[in-house]
Amino acid sequence: MTFEDWFRKDRLPHIFCAGCGNGTIINCTLAAVDQMDWKKEETVFVSGIGCSSRAPGYIMTDSLHTTHGRALAFATGVKMANRKLNVVVFTGDGDLAAIGGNHFIHACRRNIDMTVVCMNNQIYGMTGGQGSPTTPRGYLSTTTPYGSAEPAFDLCDLAIAAGANYVARWTSYHVKELEKAVLAGLQTPGLSFIEAMTQCPTNFGRRNKFRQVADQVEFLKKHSLLKVKRDRLLLENKEVPADMFVVGELVRRSRPAMGVSP
Amino acid sequence: MMKITEGSHAVAEIVAFCRPQVVSAYPITPQTHIVEALAEMVADCKLDAEYITVENELSALSACIGASAAGSRVYSATTSQGLALMYEACFNAAGMRLPIIMSIANRAMGAPLSIWNDQQDSISLRDSGWLQFYAEDNQEATDLHVIAYKVAEDHSVLLPAMVCFDGFILSHTYEPVDMLSQEDVDKYLPKFNPYEKLDAADPISFGMYATPDYYHEFRYEIDNAVKRAGGVIKKAGKEFGTMFGRDYSSMTEEYRMEDADTAIVAMGSVCGTIKDAIDEMRASGKKVGLVRIRVFRPFPSGDIAKALSKAKRVAVLDKNISLGAKGATAIEVKDAMYGKATPILNYIIGLGGRDVRKRDIAAIVALAEKGEGDMFYGLRKEVL
Repeated sequence: MTFEDWFRKDRLPHIFCAGCGNGTIINCTLAAVDQMDWKKEETVFVSGIGCSSRAPGYIMTDSLHTTHGRALAFATGVKMANRKLNVVVFTGDGDLAAIGGNHFIHACRRNIDMTVVCMNNQIYGMTGGQGSPTTPRGYLSTTTPYGSAEPAFDLCDLAIAAGANYVARWTSYHVKELEKAVLAGLQTPGLSFIEAMTQCPTNFGRRNKFRQVADQVEFLKKHSLLKVKRDRLLLENKEVPADMFVVGELVRRSRPAMGVSP
Repeated sequence: MMKITEGSHAVAEIVAFCRPQVVSAYPITPQTHIVEALAEMVADCKLDAEYITVENELSALSACIGASAAGSRVYSATTSQGLALMYEACFNAAGMRLPIIMSIANRAMGAPLSIWNDQQDSISLRDSGWLQFYAEDNQEATDLHVIAYKVAEDHSVLLPAMVCFDGFILSHTYEPVDMLSQEDVDKYLPKFNPYEKLDAADPISFGMYATPDYYHEFRYEIDNAVKRAGGVIKKAGKEFGTMFGRDYSSMTEEYRMEDADTAIVAMGSVCGTIKDAIDEMRASGKKVGLVRIRVFRPFPSGDIAKALSKAKRVAVLDKNISLGAKGATAIEVKDAMYGKATPILNYIIGLGGRDVRKRDIAAIVALAEKGEGDMFYGLRKEVL
């Protein structure tokens, strides 16, 4: 089996816009899943609402497409009802960090054995480009036409503080690293959180002067600061650039976890 | 001034003319264009208001409740699952007697997920103590917001109100709208004068605990206020008519009912289609009329019973279903007609965006003439 065998090809064409990064992240996730020797009938994909949450519809396993923000609560139910199921959650920044923020921190606190892949495009893409809790300060959206005045969430910091066992961040540029991070997440008992920064050309790029899809991917690449480099800067008492986000494996630990298959 | 504009933008424009001081909303299709437009007006300093980009709909309404209790005129908009998420706060808003105005771009409820129109979302909150207006077209959707503020803030009412208009069918449609000016709205709608507000100099509490000795009476008072709103709506609607030429003094609208054998009862944008269908049926000799419900809460039972008194049969069309019973309008119409022998037949139509065409209306009238009703109309048998 290859990762392509996990797709429901009869559902194509998909709804993602040209240049969207979600497909890349789904590919990376399925490539990792494919290395786990999981059976399709023992694997469940769960999602909430938004562009990211359309992903399970294209995957050949059981899935729950739930209400906005609640994917983790539904997934908790699935996992606690049957620990043998491998549970993977697809979510986005609006779904996870805004309307579902409470479920996010509590799922991390409980450290439930599942893998959460967040496609962070820093905007509400599906509803047409409103500012989300991860829209960086100063960036434009339809609800912040002169730039967001609010600070953005660092989702990985949240997951780490709340207690997730595995936390990593990469971007749609770093496909190999992202695949490896998802694989490590799938292998780690407890809650694994992988944030994938991604481009939304239609609703983020268009409003923020990214003329080409590649410009936005390039932007993500340029603003990625490897964790080792960040750590070195801290060690040398040097300033960490404020406009960059840290990529890499940020936490791997073995706090007691819930729902781990016996 | 006549202008051709999208329903959502017309609503946003009129809401801005109502001078809300706090707008709090969360994106959800098909409502989003309204609050996007308001966000832009606030950002451009064209509307002197606080715009709060909250993290979900429950927060949106909760922020409105706080702002209203603090003495501000407030506004929000939502639909479907967003309204469902507000359920808890909806009852609080009514119980605290806060005149919050919220637009509902009506959309179906999941699951299965649907972004298309029916009226299940707001109908499911009919028992919450909110006044409910349903618009037929964008002109009415626009005007009703101004009337809603006037009625809700009246000290004999003091209740929140939903102005419902069909998602996509109205919200995303460009229509000519005779838009009031800022001066018009200022003349009609006085400055918000809160009956009570949070004030550090004279502290009061909203929403406190009521023991069984008091709770029962609280609910009675809210019910009385909803019923009282009927008279206030008629008065405010009449005043609107006198000032701007469009009369809203009735909570229902009768269309060619004078000698109708078959009376259709319906709400919302489908009534435009029904009126056209009636004209065609009348031209071919069928005496059909429409009683359109513009205000669902308070329910205009007396007006409806009077309007239907001469009809030989009544076909009630519902874009909602109280699962296990009937459409909500049919239940209310039956209650209004209690004790009369007129057959009242219910047809569930247009759920989740299923198109309702003139020929569907004609087919429903034909069914009603045969006495066949209380059904989901237009089921696709091949997919059942």
